Amino acid sequence: MLDYRLDDETETLRKVVREFALEVVAPQIGDFYERDEFPTDIVRQMGELGLFGLPFPEEYGGSGGDYFTLCVALEELARVDSSVAITLEAGVSLGAMPIYRFGTEEQKQQWLPRLCAGEALGAFGLTEPGGGSDAGATKTTAKLEDGHWVLNGSKAFITNSGTDLTELVIATAVTGTRPDGGKEISAILVPSGTPGLAVGKRYSKVGWNASDTRELSFTDVRVPEENLVGGRGRGYAQFLQILDEGRIAISALAVGLAQGCVDESVKYAAQREAFGRAIGKNQAVQFMIADMEVRASTARLAYYRAAEKMLRGEPFKREASIAKLYSSEMAMENARYATQVHGGYGFMNEFPVGRFYRDAKILEIGEGTSEVQRMLIARDLGVG
Amino acid sequence: MNIVVLVKQVPDSGSERKLDSSDNTVARASADNVINEMDEYAIEEALTVKESQGGEVTVLTVGPGSATDAIRKALSMGADKAVHVTDDAVHGSCAVQTSAVIAAALQQLEYDLVLCGAESTDGQVSVMPALLSERLGIPHLSGARKLTVEGTTVRVERQTDGGYWMLESSLPAIVSTWDTINEPRYPSFKGIMAAKKKPVETKSLADLGVDPASVGLATATSRVLDFAGRPPKGEGVKVADEGDGAEKLVGYLAAQKLV
Ligand SMILES: Cc1cc2nc3c(=O)[nH]c(=O)nc-3n(C[C@H](O)[C@H](O)[C@H](O)COP(=O)(O)OP(=O)(O)OC[C@H]3O[C@@H](n4cnc5c(N)ncnc54)[C@H](O)[C@@H]3O)c2cc1C
Repeated sequence: MLDYRLDDETETLRKVVREFALEVVAPQIGDFYERDEFPTDIVRQMGELGLFGLPFPEEYGGSGGDYFTLCVALEELARVDSSVAITLEAGVSLGAMPIYRFGTEEQKQQWLPRLCAGEALGAFGLTEPGGGSDAGATKTTAKLEDGHWVLNGSKAFITNSGTDLTELVIATAVTGTRPDGGKEISAILVPSGTPGLAVGKRYSKVGWNASDTRELSFTDVRVPEENLVGGRGRGYAQFLQILDEGRIAISALAVGLAQGCVDESVKYAAQREAFGRAIGKNQAVQFMIADMEVRASTARLAYYRAAEKMLRGEPFKREASIAKLYSSEMAMENARYATQVHGGYGFMNEFPVGRFYRDAKILEIGEGTSEVQRMLIARDLGVG
Repeated sequence: MNIVVLVKQVPDSGSERKLDSSDNTVARASADNVINEMDEYAIEEALTVKESQGGEVTVLTVGPGSATDAIRKALSMGADKAVHVTDDAVHGSCAVQTSAVIAAALQQLEYDLVLCGAESTDGQVSVMPALLSERLGIPHLSGARKLTVEGTTVRVERQTDGGYWMLESSLPAIVSTWDTINEPRYPSFKGIMAAKKKPVETKSLADLGVDPASVGLATATSRVLDFAGRPPKGEGVKVADEGDGAEKLVGYLAAQKLV
């Protein structure tokens, strides 16, 4: 059976998020972006809509949906703006998901209700200044001393790590040596405000300017032993699982951006005149837009397919990598063509496509670069 | 407190709307149909009253089968149940005929307060609350920008061009609301999931005891005889300000009978 129609509830959610993005996000996000400011109030409203609780059960304050409904919401948000979309994506799939998947019952009870309501945000610190793709190269350490983990090291490019809503970061750290001599990597929950945790200034970024990204440093940060998230030495394996899902979410975000490029280009091609007629009357412009639509629709199928396998409980690693790789590269391409359709105005920040252009590139880098995705796909095919 | 909200599904006013050339009625099948925007304010107000006073909110709609989308949205926002009157014979009905159907449906419900939007964006006839008030013999307070209920009394501020009137009546009553009255909530996903389990009762004209011959295009009190597309926008008039710009503008507006 093949059926990629959304059921009534998911379709209603899609429409509601679309409405919210157009009515609440679109009118003000350009200013936040320009000022490099985190839109706290918009994020709170997203919380009231239940978006941060989408894939979690109601017993922890979640909305009782699934990971696919989250993806649909991400797509509709990113169709208007990627900064708010990545804030949601990171908040859910990096901040809250590790606690839900691997946390103890106490950790879930303590943190999930506020995270699901969007009243609090969690960050996930994996990448370090010395490297991201090679996650096994973690240098941050956590030593167990009289019932406390003592963390030292630093993390780079951490989303949602210094907002007014941020209440915790889950950091991966080396907690010892494995029997085979390799590093034992674990994940440890550090509440915001713990002495020794220094939250750096916001990076000055090329895109995602209304999203919060910072460097974190840990100097003798002490947290209780119970703050271990998941099994000791399971940090690496756990985050790989989290990242597999996250790739589907990033793919949805990329599809949203790509569809936003189509929306804006269709509008602009009908309005803008050159040589006495709408630019959309030129086949060259029509073809650019038709190709954009082709890319956006095929990429959507790719993430639907990956999500479908995941929800059915089948292996979905390859499909997630395919979706992430294809949709991020085609989002980049759509952003380039949408800017082209807009001419000089496409290079201006006041037009959404200017933002789309700046926001697209990171999609080929975050949560596994394009090269890493190709490596994974090839490995899964048994090549190399 | 039993509150009934009248909800209509209309073609999205933001997209291109058409009339059906076969019988000059609104082309609903091909349109992007949404809940009438003004009705969302009525739903929000009903939910606000319910949250402060307790009670139940019922959504009542007359429309084709596809109007379930509008019902679902109202239920997702938090209404408790819905009545959907749907019958092919209703197609093409005028406001007077429709009011007879709605009144018959209301008579089968218990209500203290009936809320509706001040107008619908398709017909823009804006007479439904008055027609219902007449048929049901209950007071009608139109164009509310503020509403309070105390015991069996409802008070509204009725918005006017220059200010507002303060109106008060006993319940049951029908109140129509403007978009200045509140900010409608977005349905949460929990609300959307919960809506799935809420009761929606479908009724035909026979269920309401309404004679099918008394409604519909054939006996409507008004019908569209002919229609044409909106003429293309004209060139417009440029007023050069040579110290007398304001006078020229006022002169232009006066000539158009706009002031
Ligand atoms: C805005 C933003 C937000 C982020 N948010 C987070 C977050 O919340 N949490 C977090 O942990 N991280 C976060 N990151 C980090 C992100 O995941 C990393 O930047 C990414 O994984 C790449 O790592 P890197 O920057 O160290 O690049 P590197 O690993 O140094 O890679 C540099 C280049 O070398 C290539 N390369 C590396 N190894 C190979 C190989 N074996 N074969 C072929 N090519 C190779 C890469 O593909 C890339 O092109 C964020 C980054 C940004 C920019």
